[in-house]
Amino acid sequence: MKHFRSNSKKSLLSLGELIALLLVTLVFGVPLLFVFFQAGKTGPEAALQQFVPPRHPQYLTNLQEVLRTSDYMMVRAFINSTVLTVFSVLFLIVISSMAGFVMERRSHRPVVSAFHFVILSGLMVPPSVITTIWILKALHLYRTLPGLILVEIALGLPFSVLLYRAFLVTIPRELDEASFIDGCKGSTLFWKIIFPLLQPVSTTILILSGVTIFNDFVNPLYFLPGAENATIQLTLYNFISRYNTQWHLLFANVLLISIPPLVLFIFFNKRIVEGMVAGSIKG
Amino acid sequence: MRSVVHIEREYSYFFLLPATLVFGVLFLVPVLLSFFFAFTRWTLTEWNLVGWDNFITFFSEPSLNIGFRNTLIYAVFTSGLKVILGFLLGAFLCGPLRTRDYLRSIIFFPTILSTIAVGITFSTLMHPSKGLINGVLQLIGIPGPDWLGNPHLALFSVILVDVWKGVGMATVIYIAGINAIPKDYYEALMIDGGSSFHKVWYITLPLSRPAMNSVILLSFIGGLRSFDLIWTMTKGGPGFATDLIASIIYKQYSGGFYGLATAGNVILFILIAILVVPLNRFLIKSEVAL
Repeated sequence: MKHFRSNSKKSLLSLGELIALLLVTLVFGVPLLFVFFQAGKTGPEAALQQFVPPRHPQYLTNLQEVLRTSDYMMVRAFINSTVLTVFSVLFLIVISSMAGFVMERRSHRPVVSAFHFVILSGLMVPPSVITTIWILKALHLYRTLPGLILVEIALGLPFSVLLYRAFLVTIPRELDEASFIDGCKGSTLFWKIIFPLLQPVSTTILILSGVTIFNDFVNPLYFLPGAENATIQLTLYNFISRYNTQWHLLFANVLLISIPPLVLFIFFNKRIVEGMVAGSIKG
Repeated sequence: MRSVVHIEREYSYFFLLPATLVFGVLFLVPVLLSFFFAFTRWTLTEWNLVGWDNFITFFSEPSLNIGFRNTLIYAVFTSGLKVILGFLLGAFLCGPLRTRDYLRSIIFFPTILSTIAVGITFSTLMHPSKGLINGVLQLIGIPGPDWLGNPHLALFSVILVDVWKGVGMATVIYIAGINAIPKDYYEALMIDGGSSFHKVWYITLPLSRPAMNSVILLSFIGGLRSFDLIWTMTKGGPGFATDLIASIIYKQYSGGFYGLATAGNVILFILIAILVVPLNRFLIKSEVAL
């Protein structure tokens, strides 16, 4: 396509690009930079809320202070959030790939259509929180991490089953048949041959669900209340009322909880788009 | 080779079991139960049936009623803005740009940030006297409003922040959709002497309809169910000016009104069904008619 464009158009485009660059950097960059500046200031300096870099940056001091607050509550919350995210995502990938596999391969059967309808309605239907609490209580899982993990899996299932199912269409059935001729059983076929091929979708789910669950505020608020087993997001929420005036600590905390998603983002940024192109959109 | 029926048997229904169990027990059953508990006064240990009382309360009290209007405004404006801005950004970012990767990254980045963190940051930036936004407005001689304290404005301020955070996802979906458009269409238009505007208007816009429909549905449903951003930024205030159905449900829950909160959930369920099912059907139909 490149040879169609004339030189005059190219320079015109650069001007548009320059304007876009400025606008986007201003709209998206300034708030992020503001957080970064605030997190390294002293208390009084941060309280002015000016958009300037800290005069004597003290990032380490602030971060240490945030971690020490309330008897190292942040550290416990970080561990809770990590356990929650890792286990939820792990089970989510295993359970939904299994379900997506059977649903795609066994199409046009009443069981599958019913299952499909029910699980897809989960994309739309708002979860009923209080009755879920009631059931978790009956199972003695209310206010426990395993309980919250199960809730996160249940809420994440519709989207990830959909992605897996859409992607499985692109894996030819001849592969299955060849494996069966070689004496493979259904379960061996799935774990040894199909599951490794699903890696692009698994990566997408790993990133998207990982970030969603790590950042989740609503479900921990309902299902894991109380300071002793708070997740990261709830700790931040406690900070708002407690440190109304200690802006430097509040923003150091904001910075701290943004680091794990940032790391995921840096490593997998390109994969997110690829995974979505591969699965969700075409399917 | 074995018969087709035999092969089908290798795809064991047992593979559906874990998903069915978790989803059934912790999603499906609670939703079904809510249709019962919505008609009760409920302490989580005991309940007695009160008929339509909870629903009557919900529809007659202005403080609860306002949630409907706000939820609708919130969903329509957030999804509308994401559809328009997402398309413009997506179409622009599919062009030949030197800084494309940087632009894509910085636009997508807010979607992976914690909503609470974003809410706190923008509450600070929107502070009426100290905030950066009004500070800039003051420089050019405009007295900035009280973004979150003015009851007529607060809901729209939160809507803007929601769009700031979520437009990256819409853009990525559009990029995926636009990339799937065959290049021949553009080349044909070029040969016929079409301009860049023609390209976007006659090819990109109509042919990215599937992506647009995904964006509309995702952001509209998300808007109807939204809770955390409003809760961080305004707690439903000033007064009840920014209360959404989801924040009212939480308030009723923390007040111990479990039956009433469950009724709120049923109302939200019905509202989504009434709006989204026809919307979905309409979008699919107009896509086929294209």
